[in-house]
Amino acid sequence: MSIINSLISGLSLGSVYAIIALGYTMVYGISRMLNFAHGDVIMIGSYVSFCLTMYVGMPGWLALVGAMAACTVLGVTIERIAYRPLRGTGSLGVLITAIGVSYFLQNAALLIWGANPRVFTTLFKGLDPIRLANARLVITAESFFTIIVCVVIMVALTLFVHRTKAGKAMRAVSEDNGAAQLMGINVNQSISLTFAIGSGLAAVAGVLMCSAYPVLMPTTGAMPGIKAFTAAVVGGIGSIPGAMVGGLILGIIEILSRAYISTELSDAIVFACLIIVLLVKPTGLFGKNTREKV
Amino acid sequence: MGRKRKIKPPASPKKLLQGAVKGSEYKKEAFIAYTILIVGYGLLQLGAGIGLIGHNLQGQFVPICVYVSLAISLNLVVGISGELSLGHAGFMAVGAFSGIIVARMLEAYISIDSVRLVISMIFGAIIAALAGLLIGIPILGLRGDYLAIVTLAFGEIVRNIMNVLYFGLDDSGLRFAFNRMIDLEDNSQRIITGAIGATGIQQTATFTAGLFLALFTLFIVLNIKNSKHGRAIMAVRDNRIAGESIGIDVKKYKLTAFVISAGLAGMAGALFAQNYSTLAPIKFNFNTSVLILVFVVLGGIGNIWGGMIAAALLTILPEALRQFADYRMLTYAIVLVIVMIVTYNPTIKTNMSMRIEKVTSRIKIKKKQTEKGVA
Repeated sequence: MSIINSLISGLSLGSVYAIIALGYTMVYGISRMLNFAHGDVIMIGSYVSFCLTMYVGMPGWLALVGAMAACTVLGVTIERIAYRPLRGTGSLGVLITAIGVSYFLQNAALLIWGANPRVFTTLFKGLDPIRLANARLVITAESFFTIIVCVVIMVALTLFVHRTKAGKAMRAVSEDNGAAQLMGINVNQSISLTFAIGSGLAAVAGVLMCSAYPVLMPTTGAMPGIKAFTAAVVGGIGSIPGAMVGGLILGIIEILSRAYISTELSDAIVFACLIIVLLVKPTGLFGKNTREKV
Repeated sequence: MGRKRKIKPPASPKKLLQGAVKGSEYKKEAFIAYTILIVGYGLLQLGAGIGLIGHNLQGQFVPICVYVSLAISLNLVVGISGELSLGHAGFMAVGAFSGIIVARMLEAYISIDSVRLVISMIFGAIIAALAGLLIGIPILGLRGDYLAIVTLAFGEIVRNIMNVLYFGLDDSGLRFAFNRMIDLEDNSQRIITGAIGATGIQQTATFTAGLFLALFTLFIVLNIKNSKHGRAIMAVRDNRIAGESIGIDVKKYKLTAFVISAGLAGMAGALFAQNYSTLAPIKFNFNTSVLILVFVVLGGIGNIWGGMIAAALLTILPEALRQFADYRMLTYAIVLVIVMIVTYNPTIKTNMSMRIEKVTSRIKIKKKQTEKGVA
């Protein structure tokens, strides 16, 4: 039974990674940039939610909505101020800018909320864990809802991207920026929308993650950010189902190696898996192979 | 890497005939770079000698040299070879810890500090180069951002493994364990203790050793850049398909650059380690790799002396900003973003260069006028 318990907590952690990875992969797909500040948007979202419940006294779900709104505004603002001036100038310049934004967010959080870790109150306070098979199989409310939320987001996002006009515009821009513009698609708007969705999802991921692991610090977002980015690459960066599958695989591997191999080495094992996957499939599991023409 | 290049007008036949153009450019670059190193060393030594430079900043002398050499060696991969590497600190860590172990083992046999330092640096370089070879062979077939993420993963793996490594020295020789403490005999010493890192390091690093490290790194990188090897690497960077079609073995050349860069980073790491009495693996995390990359990018990718200056300034800057205490990292972040936007945004770039041209042309006109006035 313990392996099934580990699998479920792996699925739950993987769902968080998957939601974060969606933000990375959508932004990469549409603007070909590695947005290293994404992990810190998660942290800001968690802090906002923390403050809204702690100081304003909002109920958990309302605080989550507030955090999503704040992160959406933050994401769009970052794109407007820091990334848009550098669009089309090659990936390295934007990469360093994203790292600068990441430093900025971390240090701003350090100034506002201090370096001491805060204890996050879980979103699912008072909900009993689900017990199955004579209480040998325990699913915490956090795990249960995280997995459910992840599935809902996945379905909603797939529908949005394939069925709505805005979603189709986003796909067109990520396929061919210039041609999309010629067809009358507002590229700037599509990119802003992508950042808005990605950052809103980051807030959800942050709150879910801090509900399961309730320690909140200015550096909380950094490591999950890097791991979710790894997940996006494992799945094939730019692909939405890829981010989902990559996130789940990585979460399960991490929890299983923590439980059965070594706690300290779990991160190393996760990253080693990335290298192995890329050696077998150089563009990730769901990545498209682009052919170069001379 | 979606590098867009402006199409330059073909060089005039006269220029093409001057075969020495390239060579003189190289000489100019080498001259500037060596001059910066030696003059910088002289100025800092002088400043320290007459008491102009405070104690805090003097403690930064060796790190400055180390970061300058790291910026030079990373430029070999990012600037000359055109591959984004986010794991330079990983190679630095490999060199640092293997250097510490060797230095400690030699303590009983060699009493001269500088000899031990040099041997440990060479050993650190060899081990780091081997690590570079090990990771380079499988991954160098990957392109652009995928290669970047794998180097990031490599750096994190190295740091994670360092966290569970234990080394000790006793009568029976070097003892080693993985993921647990070692039981050592009485007259023994621990060298590396997992996440706490190396303790009781002999601080043998000196500013002069730092200068020689930087000079050596510069010598190697500049010579590669100006060799047949370097031109092949740059040809592949500018157009991989064209390079391949004229028979350049892409993988071999990229691997050479990668391994040499890793070895030089390991050498710098070994010197860096012996500047402190204790050193934890956390020092070599992702942020350190990024820091070195920032030096390279801010200095102008591929511009070796630009990266050197950026490394020196950005190592001093946090010390100089210490009076702003809490706000210094925030200021650093804002400055970084603004500098990137100003230097990379096409509109601002052309605007700036036009203004600079205007100013310089005005100065020229004024000069002519004053010359006429004098006449």
